[in-house]
Amino acid sequence: MFRLEARTSTPAWFNLALPLLAIAATLVLCSGLIALAGAGVFESYGVMFAASLGDSYAITETLVRAAPMIFTGLAVAVAFRAKFWNIGAEGQLLAGAVASCFVGAIPMPGPLAMLLMALAGAAAGAAVALVPATLRVKFKVDDVVSSLLLNSVIYYALMALIEGPWKDSFSGYPISPPIEDSANFPVLIEGTRLHLGVIAALVAAPLIWFLIVRTTLGFRIRVTGENPEAARYGGIHVQRVLLSTALLSGALAGLAGVGEVGGVHFQVMSDISPGYGYSGIVVAMLARLNPLGVVPAAIFLAAVMTGAEAMSRATGVPAFLSDVIQGTALLAMLVALLFTAYRIRRVGAVQ
Amino acid sequence: MNAVFEQIFQVGFLAAIIRIATPLAFATLGEMFSERAGVLNLGIEGIMLLCAMTGFTATSLSGSLWLGVLVAVLTGMLMGALHALFTVALGLSQHVCGIGVTLFSSGLAYFLYRLIFGQQSVPPSIKGFQTLPIPVLSDIPVLGPAVFNQFALVYMAILAIPLAAFVLYRTPWGLSVRMVGENPRAADSAGVSVIATRFQAVILGGALMGLAGAFLSMAQFNAFTFGVVSGRGWVAIALVVFGRWDPWRSAGAALLFAFVDALQLRMQASGLGHIPYEAFLMLPFIFTIVAMAVMSRNAVAPSALLKPFRREER
Repeated sequence: MFRLEARTSTPAWFNLALPLLAIAATLVLCSGLIALAGAGVFESYGVMFAASLGDSYAITETLVRAAPMIFTGLAVAVAFRAKFWNIGAEGQLLAGAVASCFVGAIPMPGPLAMLLMALAGAAAGAAVALVPATLRVKFKVDDVVSSLLLNSVIYYALMALIEGPWKDSFSGYPISPPIEDSANFPVLIEGTRLHLGVIAALVAAPLIWFLIVRTTLGFRIRVTGENPEAARYGGIHVQRVLLSTALLSGALAGLAGVGEVGGVHFQVMSDISPGYGYSGIVVAMLARLNPLGVVPAAIFLAAVMTGAEAMSRATGVPAFLSDVIQGTALLAMLVALLFTAYRIRRVGAVQ
Repeated sequence: MNAVFEQIFQVGFLAAIIRIATPLAFATLGEMFSERAGVLNLGIEGIMLLCAMTGFTATSLSGSLWLGVLVAVLTGMLMGALHALFTVALGLSQHVCGIGVTLFSSGLAYFLYRLIFGQQSVPPSIKGFQTLPIPVLSDIPVLGPAVFNQFALVYMAILAIPLAAFVLYRTPWGLSVRMVGENPRAADSAGVSVIATRFQAVILGGALMGLAGAFLSMAQFNAFTFGVVSGRGWVAIALVVFGRWDPWRSAGAALLFAFVDALQLRMQASGLGHIPYEAFLMLPFIFTIVAMAVMSRNAVAPSALLKPFRREER
């Protein structure tokens, strides 16, 4: 006979063990789909691994793809810490991309352009995130639903831009004009796409960790999330903290869009984000909302995405397997988190 | 101006409202049952997409429309059970589980669709539901052709509204659903199984979401595309709030949304060419956000919404 018992504290190695357990469970569960597609499970996962982490070029490609998910993962982690349910990172990313593309197309010295692109993108993302936060604080509107609906609004606004005033009259494609060459983020290793924005993402994670764990604002965010009543008694202006959290979260998601424009696409198109905003939720949960954990979690998802495309070419298994893996990983992680609250104890037979 | 007005308000317009409202009504009623029992189901968007896929596939392979509907409903019930397993049995965060269920279901829908149909330049289609005029009633001027010359699934949606109200307010099971959503502790003391009732409500909700998905791929578009749901699930969640968790009001909210959506479609078509069509597409979403802002202050959600129930914790 087994029973669940409440746990008062969790050992530190859980932070590493639980995500690994969730990922292992995910890969086992999803192997059923690979078998269903008539491919070899080990062969398919082997191709995925080789194509995403197998050599140095593959690793740089995976890092390039991880960068936006590090930013959206941080955005979600910060928001969820305060229990501000920001599901709108996707829209905030798009807003950041549009704003930075707009700035990047203005001729000016490269470093200045990059700086202004980052500022504009962060501001645009923050402005979008402020909408659901304000609606929640002032009108008690559920932030999940409003931030989700806002994603569609932002997407259509982007489409209106690239099919309207931004449309390339020469080619007729619905894409924005490119940013200035001087505003393209420098590539760090010749022959790869590893750009400055990737480094920015890798640096942002420890900075956000420091902000959450060591600063007053971080303390307020955590207390507001863990116990808003206690926060209020402790003199914390909970509503103001929620708004600050939204600004920070939105700015981070906006930076994800800046990196995609400045370092990868150099312009804006309708499919600039294959759902990086939603992937950010998976990343943040796998990281247990720890900003430092966001980096390996984002690299894992990026490896799955890069690897799935190669796997699809080699074995014919649809690349959409990576979408199933993301959803399964999120659910598996939630179940694994139960081990932080409970332990399974063997008890004697009930009399 | 008068000509535009006349073009907008005609029989075809009324019929369009009813057709747009149908999947929303199913989805909204489904989400409402789930939430009345205390379980927010953010999986709705993905569940609708997966059901649209499985229903379409079953019909495409078997040739039977009703078999497709049945498969879609069973898929919805299965995914509802999955969401309930995580949120009710295990008591995990309803917000994050719902997103997880949406990501998982959408991923599975994409994956299976590509596996079964491959990559085709022209997406496969089916001969979907045809309109089924109801004798006598369809001869009523204006109202007849708009309401009583529709798909069978539309009539099912119209019947589902009073049925949902009856089940929720007039049956013992409906009382149990409302009790476990408002005060699970008291329901438990009164001998109602909180866990079982919540499971049943979320599964019933999933079945209704399945009907919503089936309508989209088998009556409205007669094909499955990755954008077949495109936010209708999220809208349904907002409509439940707007409809104050009541079947009649929720259905009314679906009608109102459908009116705005049909209006923007007409405005797109009626030569207001200087306004980009995307502005009209975002209109229903902006309308929903504003409507929520207006309604949410006075909205009284089920008290136990989002709260897991564990018997031993008192």
